[in-house]
Amino acid sequence: MENKTIINDGFWNNNPGLVQLLGLCPLLAVSGTVVNALGLGIATTLVLIGSNVCVSMIRNVVRPELRIPVFVLVIASLVTAVELAMKAYMYELYLILGIFIPLIVTNCAIIARAESFASKNNLQRSFLDGLSMGLGFTSVLLVLGALREIIGQGTLFDNIELMFGESTQWMTITFMEDYNGFLLAVLPPGAFLGLGLLIAVKNVIDKRYKARNPTPTNVQEPSLATE
Amino acid sequence: MLLQHMLRTSILLALFAVIGTGLVAYTHDSTKAKIAYNEKQSLLKKLHVIITPDEHDNELFQDVISVTSESLFGTKNSVTAYRARKNGAPVGVIIAPIVPDGYNGEIKLLVGIYYDGSLAGVRVLSHRETPGLGDRIEEKRSDWILAFRSRSLENPDAKDWRVKRDGGAIDQFTGATITPRAIVKAVKNCLLYYTDNKELLFSPLIIPNDEIVPTNRNEP
Repeated sequence: MENKTIINDGFWNNNPGLVQLLGLCPLLAVSGTVVNALGLGIATTLVLIGSNVCVSMIRNVVRPELRIPVFVLVIASLVTAVELAMKAYMYELYLILGIFIPLIVTNCAIIARAESFASKNNLQRSFLDGLSMGLGFTSVLLVLGALREIIGQGTLFDNIELMFGESTQWMTITFMEDYNGFLLAVLPPGAFLGLGLLIAVKNVIDKRYKARNPTPTNVQEPSLATE
Repeated sequence: MLLQHMLRTSILLALFAVIGTGLVAYTHDSTKAKIAYNEKQSLLKKLHVIITPDEHDNELFQDVISVTSESLFGTKNSVTAYRARKNGAPVGVIIAPIVPDGYNGEIKLLVGIYYDGSLAGVRVLSHRETPGLGDRIEEKRSDWILAFRSRSLENPDAKDWRVKRDGGAIDQFTGATITPRAIVKAVKNCLLYYTDNKELLFSPLIIPNDEIVPTNRNEP
């Protein structure tokens, strides 16, 4: 498999958020603002890279019957480490993301990549796969977060100083003073609607692209996964 | 054959468990101090919003007392109270009750009361109220919670310590009644507890080795 295909898969053709629809719980729960989305995205990406790399390294040692428990062990240890690191270096953000950091363990996207990709591919490819899947997931989170933040509370990059320090506070954009907020966008149903719209937009783009390039370039079976 | 297979499999699994635990233990060990510092700073920052650093000269953190009152705090568990003193004289106390009857569960509050019984301020530590409605108890979203400052059991009278909708004298905010009602009740209960247990609340700190810190107040 070409490196380019791995990257394309992560960001577009097999995006965990838009195509595989994995990890919906954190995706929908934490995409209320851009900063929350970015925090969870980065944490998830780190865990994905780490678990893919570890799983790929041990793929020839681990017996098939041990595969799942070992993967779970690897992922759980990594998530705990990331959680502790976040608590130590981004405490305020940790308080906001709260329960969703430990819940990365249950993000199916991670074990799905370990099982369906990293356990069959070498280190370099697994790393790339983890990186692009993670960033693919992060970008869906970011777009959804931006949409919900603008519509829901009329700001963008609110609380950014929690992540990058007080000096970045100027980046917070307030579109309307005294904006009362649009509750639907803030609450989980807004996240579902937003995600639905994003998937629809992606499908329209895919269809247009296919119509323009009749030769099927990237026909791919979506990978099997259960949430 | 089977036994050997089982043995090898379990040793391998145990090995991974050890490596995983090792990683977590190492991270825990190297971040422990930093995390404790963060937690302390974060709480201190919140306490200092209510009673400012120049109003007291003791370590708010160490000068704590655990109090229990099932009828007033709505829980059998003990509630922490941070005492502020200046030159040994009591300045005020910050009680940290957990309000059980929020709209979506518990609301953790900080209720600061000056020595004279007036409120130094009330803040929400954590809550799960509805975004856009009940979350206006956060000082970031609205200044409703700030209006508690300098209220006391005489302002308004104890019987009027209810939201206006229930015939009391305290404003609620539109869209949510249950959340403000729960908070008003909890703040009132803190004030009631304070009035009845002032002596106990300011009783001298018991240092772990049973040495009593001298203050100018008597033991209860």
